[in-house]
Amino acid sequence: MYHINRSRRHFLQTSGALALGSTLPISLVELAFADEKQNFTFAYISDAHIQQIKGNRFVRNWDRGLIRAVAEANLLTPKPDFVMFGGDLAQLGSAPELDHGAEILSALKYKTRYVMGEHDYYLDLGAYWEKLFGPQYYSFDHKGVHFIVLNSIRTYDDWTYHRWPTAEQRMLEMAGLDNPNSSPFMVGEEQRQWLKKDLAKIPKTTPIVVFSHSPLQKIYKGWNFWTEDAEQIQALLKPFNKVSVIYGHVHQIQYNQIGNISFNSVMATAWPWPYPQAYAQAEQYLPKLTVPMNRSDPFFERDATGWQFINVANGHVDLNYLLPENTDRSVGFDKAAKKPVDAVYQSEGARIPPQSHF
Amino acid sequence: MKYSYTKKTVLGLAALMVAASVQADEFTKDDLERWQGQFMEVVKQGRELWTSPTLGTNGVACAQCHPNAANTHPETYPKFQKQIGKVIPLWEMINWCLRNPLEGQPLAADDPKMIALQAYVTYERRGVKLEPGKH
Repeated sequence: MYHINRSRRHFLQTSGALALGSTLPISLVELAFADEKQNFTFAYISDAHIQQIKGNRFVRNWDRGLIRAVAEANLLTPKPDFVMFGGDLAQLGSAPELDHGAEILSALKYKTRYVMGEHDYYLDLGAYWEKLFGPQYYSFDHKGVHFIVLNSIRTYDDWTYHRWPTAEQRMLEMAGLDNPNSSPFMVGEEQRQWLKKDLAKIPKTTPIVVFSHSPLQKIYKGWNFWTEDAEQIQALLKPFNKVSVIYGHVHQIQYNQIGNISFNSVMATAWPWPYPQAYAQAEQYLPKLTVPMNRSDPFFERDATGWQFINVANGHVDLNYLLPENTDRSVGFDKAAKKPVDAVYQSEGARIPPQSHF
Repeated sequence: MKYSYTKKTVLGLAALMVAASVQADEFTKDDLERWQGQFMEVVKQGRELWTSPTLGTNGVACAQCHPNAANTHPETYPKFQKQIGKVIPLWEMINWCLRNPLEGQPLAADDPKMIALQAYVTYERRGVKLEPGKH
C-alpha cells in the first residue's frame, strides 16, 4: 500500500494553525520507491485565478487563497523537493494579473515550475507568461522520475486565429467555463511530435509523471473537463510501466485509472467547481472510481479549495489533500488493485452525506 | 333601484364578454408559443446577468462558481439554510451571494433582475423533481 507521512499534516495542524489561524486544503504528492531513500515529495498549487478589478485592486478572495497556499507550503517539513503551479494563475491573462500572481508565488522557498492554463494563455497566446516562467512545454528529470509538462489548453487554429475580432474577446470567450462559444482543449500535433521524441530516449521502466492543465481524459466536454486528443496522448504513454497524470482546471478531486495510467486532479486555491453531474442537462463521464470531495459550504470562503502535497512512492503518486473546514483526503496508488484509491472513503459504505452531489 | 343596477351590471358583463370574444379557459397554440417566448426572454436576461461582471462590484460573475447554474439547487428551496439558521427562499440565498462573493448590493424580491436570475437558474434545472427542504 502507499505511504502517507501524517507528520506533515500534524505539523500544519499545530504550528501551521497557530501561524495562519486555520487550515487550507493541501494536496501532497509523494512518489515512493521500494528503497525508501528514493522517495520524495513535492507540493502542487493550482488555479489561483488572480483577478484584477482595476489598477492595484484585485479580488481579495482569490488573492487570499494563493497567499495562504504559499504560506502553508513554506511551513512543510520535511521540505518538498519542488513546487508545481498547475495553471490559471490569472483570470484574464493580463500582465498585471500574471505579475501580481508571480509576486505572491515569489514568496515560495522552493524551486517552482509552471503549467499553462487557458486563463493565462488566450490573451497573448502565452507570450507574457513565457517571459515570466519559461517555455510552455518541457520535461525534466528528478530522482529517477521523468517529468513532462504539456500545454494542454490549446485548441483548433481556426478558433484561436480567425474567429475573434480582438485578443481581449478571445480571452473572455475562453474564460467562461460554460460558454457555448468556447472550444475544446487539445495538446495538438506540434507537442505530440515533441512528446514522442522526448519519450523515445526514456527507458520503459522509468516512472513518468505528466503535468497538464486539463484532464488528459474525457469527462465533460461542456466545461472542458476534456482534452480533444487525450487518446493520442494516452497511446504515447502506454508503453511505460508507471505513468501518472496530474491535472488542474477542474477545481475538485477526481481520480481514475486507464490502463497503465493513473489520473489525479488537484484542487484550486480560488474556488471550487460543481461536479458535472450537478448540471442536470449534461452528458458526462465522471470516473466511477472518483469519490467526490465534500459539497462546498459557500459560507466558508476557503471551503473546498486547497493545494496538494504529493508523495512519489515506488514511482507512483499519492496525493494528500488538506481541506479547510473538511476532513483531509488521501488518494494513493493501491498496488494490489492497480489504481488510485481513497484511504478512507473508497467503499460505498464508507462515504458520507456531503460527498453526494446532485 | 338596486335591482336595476344589478341587471345593468350583468348586461354590461355579457356585452364585455361578447366584445372580447374570448372564454376564460381557452388558449391557442399561438398563445402557448408567446408565453414560452416571454419566459425564455427573461431566462436569456437571467443568463446575461449570471455571466455579467457588473452585477456585483468586483468583476466576479455568478457563473464563475456556478457554471450552467449548477450547485444552486432551486428545486430544494425554500429550505433550512443552516448558516442563516432559518428556512429561506432561493432569492435570499442569491442576495447572500451578491453581498459576499460579488461584493455587491442585494436586490429586492420583485426586482426584474432577481426574477430573471431565478428564471435562468430554474430553467437550467428543468426536468429535476421538486425536493423542498433537501440539503
